[in-house]
Amino acid sequence: MTGLSRRRRLAAVAVIALAAVTGSACSSSADGPADGGAYLVWDPYPQFADDSEWVALLKKCGTSAGVTVERTGYDTTDLTNKALLAAQQGNSPDVLIVDNPVISTLAEAGALTTTDDNKLDVSAMEKNLLGAGQSDGKTYGVPIGANTLALYYNKDVLAAAGVDPAAVKDWTALTAALTKVKAKGKKGITFSAIGTEEGSFQFLPWFWGSGAQLTSLDSPQAVSALTLWTDWLKQGHAPNSVINNTQTTSWQEFATGDYAFAENGTWQLANAEKLGFSYGTIAIPASAGGPAPAPTGGEFVSIPVQKKTGRYETSQKLVTCLTNADNLLTTDTTLSYVAPVAAVQERQATADPKLKVWVEAVRAAKGRTGDDLGTKYPKISEALWTAVQSALSGGKTPQEALDAAQTAATTR
Amino acid sequence: MPSTTETSTVVRDQGGAATAAPPGPPPTRSRRPSRWWAWGFLAPVTIYLAAFYAYPLYRNVELSLREYTVRSFVQGGAPFAGLDNYRTVLTDPAFGPTLTHTLVFTAASLAFQFTIGMALALFFHQHFPLSRTLRALILVPWLLPLIVSASTWSWLLNSDSGLVNAALGVIGIDPVNWLTSPGWSLTSVIIANVWIGIPFNLVVLYSGLQAIPTEMYEASALDGATGWQRFWGITFPLLRPVSLITLLLGLIYTLKVFDIIWIMTKGGPTGSSATLATWSYRLGFGNLLPEFGPGAAIGNLLIVLALIAGLVYIRIERRQQLR
Repeated sequence: MTGLSRRRRLAAVAVIALAAVTGSACSSSADGPADGGAYLVWDPYPQFADDSEWVALLKKCGTSAGVTVERTGYDTTDLTNKALLAAQQGNSPDVLIVDNPVISTLAEAGALTTTDDNKLDVSAMEKNLLGAGQSDGKTYGVPIGANTLALYYNKDVLAAAGVDPAAVKDWTALTAALTKVKAKGKKGITFSAIGTEEGSFQFLPWFWGSGAQLTSLDSPQAVSALTLWTDWLKQGHAPNSVINNTQTTSWQEFATGDYAFAENGTWQLANAEKLGFSYGTIAIPASAGGPAPAPTGGEFVSIPVQKKTGRYETSQKLVTCLTNADNLLTTDTTLSYVAPVAAVQERQATADPKLKVWVEAVRAAKGRTGDDLGTKYPKISEALWTAVQSALSGGKTPQEALDAAQTAATTR
Repeated sequence: MPSTTETSTVVRDQGGAATAAPPGPPPTRSRRPSRWWAWGFLAPVTIYLAAFYAYPLYRNVELSLREYTVRSFVQGGAPFAGLDNYRTVLTDPAFGPTLTHTLVFTAASLAFQFTIGMALALFFHQHFPLSRTLRALILVPWLLPLIVSASTWSWLLNSDSGLVNAALGVIGIDPVNWLTSPGWSLTSVIIANVWIGIPFNLVVLYSGLQAIPTEMYEASALDGATGWQRFWGITFPLLRPVSLITLLLGLIYTLKVFDIIWIMTKGGPTGSSATLATWSYRLGFGNLLPEFGPGAAIGNLLIVLALIAGLVYIRIERRQQLR
């Protein structure tokens, strides 16, 4: 009995100590950047430490705007929730850099200012990239850089199979190339068809390349795109693991050197240089030939709504500084992105001729939330990746899977 | 340390109050401060419980009863929707399969974890050479961060380059699409979860075994009991309280397992390994456009399931005490 009560008392003391510690921790953080000259910037680039060029650029832009910048890097999937919660609590950062399809969600939540409020000049930006940040004729942010998908190929594997990558201009040619590669005992193509946004992102070039539209998931064109992927799996041109592949694991498969093709993005360019074989890139072919429109990836810089509207003026200076031509070049080179401004794209392509394919791919690319889909896109996308998964895993035929997807996307 | 002086004053106060209570009301001067002391000690715990347990729970219930869109989540003013979110979830075609997966996942995980854990505990109870080292090795799954063990399992079970399929190939069995076929994905995540759960069962049951007096085994050996009779006659009944708490803790833990499934299969393909926990996360955070209401509703259903299990446990325990 006495032992028990002593233990209880000790526990009480421990709780008091804990409360004291957490209390002081709270108060010390609350003293932080509440009113001072510091401007908060959130970005999805946790890979950049405080001594990186990106953070140096943020500090420099802060200094020229006459304020200090406090920057926090979040994991990209984490940032959407963080941004929504911050908006709910009324403590949004002054500048928020987020993945482009998130812009429409945050705009729908009323968490972002429009260019009418914040006076940002977006006239230099490429229209197809800016599309992801626009809804109902209003613009909610500026692209800081773009990436998209193309096909990486293994030169050695293709040479051994007698395939000329320049001749892979349509789906028939691609499938023929895969058959030749398989005949040589190598593996065909790897991509990511995982049950998340990543899966839809990877399927969209084929979906759009067939002529299908996101408003009608069950069209014959859409079925032909999904049939293409399903047949590749059935015939062993693509590994079964694609159903669970992220874009990173898919890249790891390609890096083994066994695969002829891999669908992946601009951000892998730095890793591509480290491959143990020589590689090349071609645009993803459309069904009938020519490059297919790929979805645009990459982030937008936005200015979240603040109670103190006077802060917008400085925030606008910060964003303008981050997105001026020279700084875009620095940022997009570090991120291995394609710049959202035509003039800077030219400079990038001249500096590194390998980027030419990517610049062209970005120019042909489409925003996922564009075409005024906005916040309808997430539902469509979930239905689409579910359909891709159920067809690839053999649960349903492509037609059945897409019929179900269209129902799910329109009824909920 | 300041805590010792505080403790000693409380001892004096409480002791004084306790002895003074039976004969009559103690002088008010000494009683008031002791009550303040009591409240003072109670306050941090109460504040802590209210801030970190009661309020989040209340918010979760509130989320599930209102119709939240991203707009009303940020701007406020979400209309009260009653049980609409629960109706949405219960009538969703995915509800039936997901509930079944949750129950199968929990039941299968518990059954295998407990049986294997018990077998290993009995095995290690015999103290043979190297038994300590081997027992320590078996604890490894418990010590690894879940992200490590789940990723390792997803590499092992990879359809094309996984070690498991390679091993099956050696003995002439066709590769199995462990993570990518709807028929196998649930089994795969159960296997991984059983592997992770065995050490916990082993440790708790092993310590339970050590509490059983050895004289009982000696007496039964003199009476000529076989090993099997010893297990069912002595070990199992005497381990019952420990077994029950192990199973209950395992149940609550397994019901809400999320990370292993999310890392290995994301609940897929096409929801074939989704449980209530992964479904709730997918609704709330797995999509660009969060659906907080239905997500919170599923979270509350999970809490209710765990609560029912807890009540059943209390009931069984009470019945045992009455006996």
